[in-house]
Amino acid sequence: MTNSIASRIADFLSNYPPFSLLNTSQLELIAGEIKVMYFEQGQTIFSKDEKVHDYFYIVQKGAVDLQKTDQNQEPETIDKCDEGDVFGLRPLFAKENYQINAITDEESVIYAIPLNVFKPYAISNPYVGNFLMESFASNTRNPYSNEQKGKLFADEEDIVLKREALFELQPIPIIKKMVTVSPETSIQKSAILMSNRKVGSVVVVEDEKPVGIVTDVDFRKVVATGKIQINSPISEVMNSPVICYSKGLTIAQAQLTMMKHNINHICITKDGTPNTKVKGIVSEHDIIVSQGNNPAVLMKAINRAGSTKKLKRIRNKIMILLNGYLKSNIPVTHISNIIFELNDATIKRTIQRCIEKMGSPPPVKFAWMSLGSQGRKEQLLHTDQDNALIFEDVPEEKLEETRAYFIKLATKVTKRLNIIGYEFCPAEMMARNPKYCLSISEWKDQFSEWVTTSGQDEILLCQIFFDFDISYGEVKLTNAISDHIFDILKGNKNFLNRLAAQALRNPSPLGFFRQFLVEQDGEKKDLFDIKKRGIMPLTDAGRLLILEHRVKNISNTSERFEKLAQLEPNNKEIYQACAYSSRALIKFRTKQGLKHKDNGRFINLEDLSKEDKIKLKRCFKTIKEIQELIKVRFEATYYL
Amino acid sequence: MIGKWFKKNKVQEDLPNYWQNYSKSFEEKLPEEITRIRFIVFDTETTGFDFKQDRILSIGAVRVENRSIEINDNFEVFLEQTKFNPETVKIHGIIQNEKFEKISELEALKKFLNYIQNSVLVAHHAGFDLKMINKALSRHALPKLKNKVLDTAVLYKSTRIITNLIDREKVYSLDEIAEAYNIDLTDRHTASGDAYITAIIFLKLLGRIKQKKPLTLRDLFKIKN
Repeated sequence: MTNSIASRIADFLSNYPPFSLLNTSQLELIAGEIKVMYFEQGQTIFSKDEKVHDYFYIVQKGAVDLQKTDQNQEPETIDKCDEGDVFGLRPLFAKENYQINAITDEESVIYAIPLNVFKPYAISNPYVGNFLMESFASNTRNPYSNEQKGKLFADEEDIVLKREALFELQPIPIIKKMVTVSPETSIQKSAILMSNRKVGSVVVVEDEKPVGIVTDVDFRKVVATGKIQINSPISEVMNSPVICYSKGLTIAQAQLTMMKHNINHICITKDGTPNTKVKGIVSEHDIIVSQGNNPAVLMKAINRAGSTKKLKRIRNKIMILLNGYLKSNIPVTHISNIIFELNDATIKRTIQRCIEKMGSPPPVKFAWMSLGSQGRKEQLLHTDQDNALIFEDVPEEKLEETRAYFIKLATKVTKRLNIIGYEFCPAEMMARNPKYCLSISEWKDQFSEWVTTSGQDEILLCQIFFDFDISYGEVKLTNAISDHIFDILKGNKNFLNRLAAQALRNPSPLGFFRQFLVEQDGEKKDLFDIKKRGIMPLTDAGRLLILEHRVKNISNTSERFEKLAQLEPNNKEIYQACAYSSRALIKFRTKQGLKHKDNGRFINLEDLSKEDKIKLKRCFKTIKEIQELIKVRFEATYYL
Repeated sequence: MIGKWFKKNKVQEDLPNYWQNYSKSFEEKLPEEITRIRFIVFDTETTGFDFKQDRILSIGAVRVENRSIEINDNFEVFLEQTKFNPETVKIHGIIQNEKFEKISELEALKKFLNYIQNSVLVAHHAGFDLKMINKALSRHALPKLKNKVLDTAVLYKSTRIITNLIDREKVYSLDEIAEAYNIDLTDRHTASGDAYITAIIFLKLLGRIKQKKPLTLRDLFKIKN
């Protein structure tokens, strides 16, 4: 019997080591014995202390978190595997139980490779064996395997650990690319060496032991000022003694030491004293750069990313950054702004890459609009992608051809955004839908129609499309839409009243006895829906009131309330409370989402501490008050 | 009533051994938990869409059990052809005398029956594939398949949200679903390739059809168009 599925799997495997080291017939043989496994998000593939499986694994689609548990039994991510990464290699090398947990970070398809089929290749082909050995050592990277790690990486130029967990506690990245000179070497010669090797410091050694260090700063301070001549020996300008540490130094320790001694280089020696061989050097700059999770570095990486896969990896780092921010209690406004900018850059970069792939430039100017939470700059976690596209007016006979171009572009963009981690909008509210890929005149007509024939569906569409933000392209187009919306709303009290009725459809989430209203049935029974009952009422209220005041270009809910507080000083207190609640609820949702690896929408009340519950209730009191205000303001006019 | 029952039994006895074996497997009751059920996800490539005129070119199938697919236990047969429709070659690429090892229709059916036994069958737009196979069975004086059948097109529709903003009557093609689920579409239009894509879709669907209690087979059969 032929097996064309096996060839397809062999094709996939051939792209990734160690399989890329095998020939086609070997791969087909292995592929024919593979088990294709499907996991939902957050499922355990294997866990610590479990007996090893008869398989090892490679990720075909999705992502897997490898975690170890710390002293408090809290899981800590030590590595993330994505497409093409192998994991669960322990049974190839040892009989003892798994030492780490492997949990899917998103929905995943995993190929399980039977050990008995694969082992002969690992033994007979030394490259395959070596690769797996290295992979094994890096996956199980933990304090216990330090010695092994040293052996495997000893010959490499720089050691940059890719561990992404709590940054400060990571071992420091040791930069081995250093220049060493003897104390007698002239200052000029040392400087030439440093320039050639493009480094900022030189270590002065005697018998391979560090006796001093000279950095760019010293050249500026004592050489360039003319205090010391360039033909003097380097020992005259060197800083001594040298601050030394051994390899186990963590980033936090390194930073502290640098602060304490007011230096920006630390020397790494064999035993951590100046009496043993120099192993490398750590500079403040290297630490910052290796910090990968620094927004500026991530931004650069996004703008340089040459593949969707790369962008996806960066997204994962953004999530780690977000987690860190929340843990260190940085204000939500600040977090939102940074995460929004990074999300926005990801979308921009994706669109840019897709335009390049189109083969021809866009026929006319266009604008890509993000709707909903990304439009409101409130999207901290991955949520659905809601977007739309406007293009300039073209002659009638060119219209469909032009639309076809942009739909094709939007299809490419939405597909890639999906791979990066933005789910497709279940209601197809995306720029690839011909209904939402329109010329500027068509959009104007569309908005007019929604506003005049506002049934339930139209109101819903207005609520989504009124919160837009331009992600890419010509800002004149989106401004024209904003102007148009205000034109058609002018004097249209009727529409605002209906919008008000809609904003009140989810009443304050506290029941009569001040208990939380939870979902009554369905899959989410007994869970509290923070989006529907907390965030949405505030968002709807903010939108309604800001439209009433005809304020343009503010789409963020908390910013809208801040603005309202300025416009209506007599209601300042309640608006400020709304602004605060909006931020607090988003933070709540984000924390929940990160904890459960989902969109954080549904909260199990039993998970909440008493303090959290009180905080939530305070937010809900505000919702009640703002809803009262809306009721009075709009219903009164409704009956006039 | 009784007469009819007798007649049916008599027919059973006249049937060849392989059918008797297949039929016997249904005496065993299916387990309720989804993870323990043996699903066979299959697809047929045919010379066309006319149940009378057209014939099966190939059958591909994979076994899904406990959320996994065992690649070494898949099924793929190519059938000898007397009828040839140059129009459909464009779609599936099976040319009449291409170098696949081909077997007779009867032989293919025998193998298929032996492979599926009492499994729950799964296919995309299952009605078509099922009817094609049943027509082939009847040409060899055999009864219709006895298996329970699930249709991924129907299951997929049930996972879509209920809103007036999307067309609820829409019929979803395999390509559209694969696109939505981000599944690669190499090997489209080979029976095995399509069966494999359908299987991955089926696995993803099982994860998405959420219920209060753990999903059972009965829940799946309740989902109707």
